[in-house]
Amino acid sequence: MLTELTNFLACILDFQTGNFKVQIIVNKKRPVNLDIGTIHLPITAYVSILHRISGVILFAVIALFLWMLDASLSSEESFNSIKECMTSLISQTIIWLSLAALVYHLVAGLRHIVMDFGFGETLKGGQLGAKIVLTLSVLLIILVGVWIWA
Amino acid sequence: MGVITNITSFSRNGLSDWLLQRVTAVIITVYICFLTFYFLTQPNLDYAQWRDLNGLLSMKVLNVLTVISIAIHSWIGLWGVLTDYITVRLLGPKATFLRVLLQVSMIMVTLIYLIWALDIVWGI
Repeated sequence: MLTELTNFLACILDFQTGNFKVQIIVNKKRPVNLDIGTIHLPITAYVSILHRISGVILFAVIALFLWMLDASLSSEESFNSIKECMTSLISQTIIWLSLAALVYHLVAGLRHIVMDFGFGETLKGGQLGAKIVLTLSVLLIILVGVWIWA
Repeated sequence: MGVITNITSFSRNGLSDWLLQRVTAVIITVYICFLTFYFLTQPNLDYAQWRDLNGLLSMKVLNVLTVISIAIHSWIGLWGVLTDYITVRLLGPKATFLRVLLQVSMIMVTLIYLIWALDIVWGI
């Protein structure tokens, strides 16, 4: 009992005098993992970062869509030239990828609004929502491809 | 740092930005859903039909609401991305200058998009 009390008082004394030798040794032995490549991201993190990446891509895609809207409304000739342009595989692929970013961004955004109303805010709910977003957007992106090519 | 990041946000108010991001998202979604439905039901769309649609006052209102929403939505979204990644903690002391430069560029591009889009949709 007396030994414990002495140790306790010694600890307080160490704390007061700034003698943190023991704590420093313990801290040095703690494992540190700052290698981001070894950290496994949860599915919710992938859904979130993809939402941001697709958003940044869409900001650039606005220029393409505005150019197309401008051309489609300027004259019959430019409308037809846009239509003609859309028959090439490269244009179709660019449009499909742009619409894929749009579809994903929209579906992931809807999840945010659903969560704002209090649904899917738990860990399990968040993971389920992330899976629904990924599945639904893959299906819709395939459907956009069918619409363009079929 | 707070002052520098906040003066470039859209409404200078986080709660207001949060609500605007949702409201503009809903408007853009309505536009996308309408246009998707229209394209699916009009597979052989020609110029006259497309121009007539966009010449309707109701469509002009939807177009203008949508382009304004896209401008606000982009501003708020890109502000969030830039203030999260272009930071002193991640990139060092030059990050603040770089971030403000990118934010001002982003705002300029957004305004150019907006003016261009309004010119397209209102002049029909």
